[in-house]
Amino acid sequence: MIVAKRKPFEEIKEMLKGYKKVLNVGCGTCVSVCLAGGEKEVAILNAELDMARRLEDDPIEIHGQTIERQCDREYLAELDDMIKKENFDALLSMACGVGIQFLAERFPEIPTFPGVDTTGLAVNQAVGWYEERCRSCSQCVLGITGGICPITMCAKGLLNGPCGGTNKGSCEISADQPCAWFKIHERLSAQGRLDSIRKINLARGWKDQIPRNLIQPGYKKPEKVS
Amino acid sequence: MSIQENNLKSGSNLEKILKSGQFAFTGELGPPRGTDVKEVIEKAQFLKDNVDSVNITDNQTAVVRMASWAASLLLVREGLEPNYQMVCRDRNRLAMQADILGAYALGIRNMLCLSGDHCQFGDHPDAKGVFDIDSMQLIAMVKQMRDDAKFLGGADIHHPPKIFIGAASNPFADPFEWRVQRLAKKIEAGVDFIQTQCIYNMEKFRKFIHIANEEGLTEKVYILAGVTPFKSIGMAKYMKSKVPGMDVPDEIIKRLQGVEKGKVAQEGINFACEQIEEFKTMKGVHGVHLMAIEWEHKVPEIAAQAKVLPRPKPE
Repeated sequence: MIVAKRKPFEEIKEMLKGYKKVLNVGCGTCVSVCLAGGEKEVAILNAELDMARRLEDDPIEIHGQTIERQCDREYLAELDDMIKKENFDALLSMACGVGIQFLAERFPEIPTFPGVDTTGLAVNQAVGWYEERCRSCSQCVLGITGGICPITMCAKGLLNGPCGGTNKGSCEISADQPCAWFKIHERLSAQGRLDSIRKINLARGWKDQIPRNLIQPGYKKPEKVS
Repeated sequence: MSIQENNLKSGSNLEKILKSGQFAFTGELGPPRGTDVKEVIEKAQFLKDNVDSVNITDNQTAVVRMASWAASLLLVREGLEPNYQMVCRDRNRLAMQADILGAYALGIRNMLCLSGDHCQFGDHPDAKGVFDIDSMQLIAMVKQMRDDAKFLGGADIHHPPKIFIGAASNPFADPFEWRVQRLAKKIEAGVDFIQTQCIYNMEKFRKFIHIANEEGLTEKVYILAGVTPFKSIGMAKYMKSKVPGMDVPDEIIKRLQGVEKGKVAQEGINFACEQIEEFKTMKGVHGVHLMAIEWEHKVPEIAAQAKVLPRPKPE
């Protein structure tokens, strides 16, 4: 899933300086599961903001609303009436970067601010602990690397590792960071598949250097979007 | 004589010495953290006539220094042959190919293709690491530029750069059994010579070379064994514990500790010279790469003690 981390409180407070009536929009999917931007986190942040602004003699009227997904028009539409009626002078989004932008796009006349920093595509290792596993590079090499992503897990994103900095199974950047290529070798060796990395992985064209559009087979871009 | 007549790839001094079967001896020079040309020239004087080629490091340990190509050209001007190091960390394939063309046009003939230390080690730890291509792919790219006269993107190169292609190999990094395989991949990518990581664990290195010999790799590539003399016990301990991929056996530290204070540096040099003596006769080793880190002024003395002087002067 997509994981995110709430922005430092001071940064959020600074962004909202001068705005008197704000809607904080939570997201009920990924950021909710990773404990960053769901209903509960919206309520906590709002309470903090409310208190801080009172202490500064500059009260803020802050509302909270969490929708199922901010990356989906169908759910964003649920906010239309409320936003029209309430005259918010700013929106705060606790969705990932995708959701924040889609919210801002739906209500282009209202300034929209991020409440979180999106940190990647990660697995849930334990409650509250998420580990990045995919950089969504658009050309998956997991088939030849034993199901371990060198683009994400190797600090240099090397396709022909391990480099000379591999350190007793760890990466040169930290003893706590496993060397991806050490792991790849270990797994392929156990599977009797080392041949798959004996060949040189040639230089590849990066597919993530322009904004990507994905249209699944059998579909096309509608002429007009609602 | 032209490159073609001799069937040379680049015609560099280093290539000629290696091709003639003579034992090569290369050195290293770190560019300054500023614009002082004098500093480079002074260091270069200690290397002149004592080594066959001088590696010019490229923002080593991810610390900003004078550009490797620029310091390389200063050496060319002084009559030394540089081995231009290029890391994948700081530039993408466009910048790399552009730099290679410029470097060759101005007289650079050897290159060492490296991944590069992670930015986190250096003085700009949050810099974006480029790694558009990796060291393996860089080797293949330089070979394609030289032998096929084609850029990585496929377009023709007019007057392609005839570069003698080098790369690094670390016989001590894990997993050990993969090190020779990775060397084989670099050979397949097109490397002409290898300079190894600093060797201290001779036993392990002998094993590495033995496997490389068995697999016929040392007939396909020239191997220069990496030697860095210890200046002090502190340096040895630092290399052992802090430098990733370095293998410093305790016996060497004990050996340094066993001599009187003031004689540790000489003992470090003695050990290095004993290593060089062994490398001279080790099957599969074609030379030594001496990395006297910030100790360039000791190179004449080390070269003399290691009995590698005078250096051959190919035509």
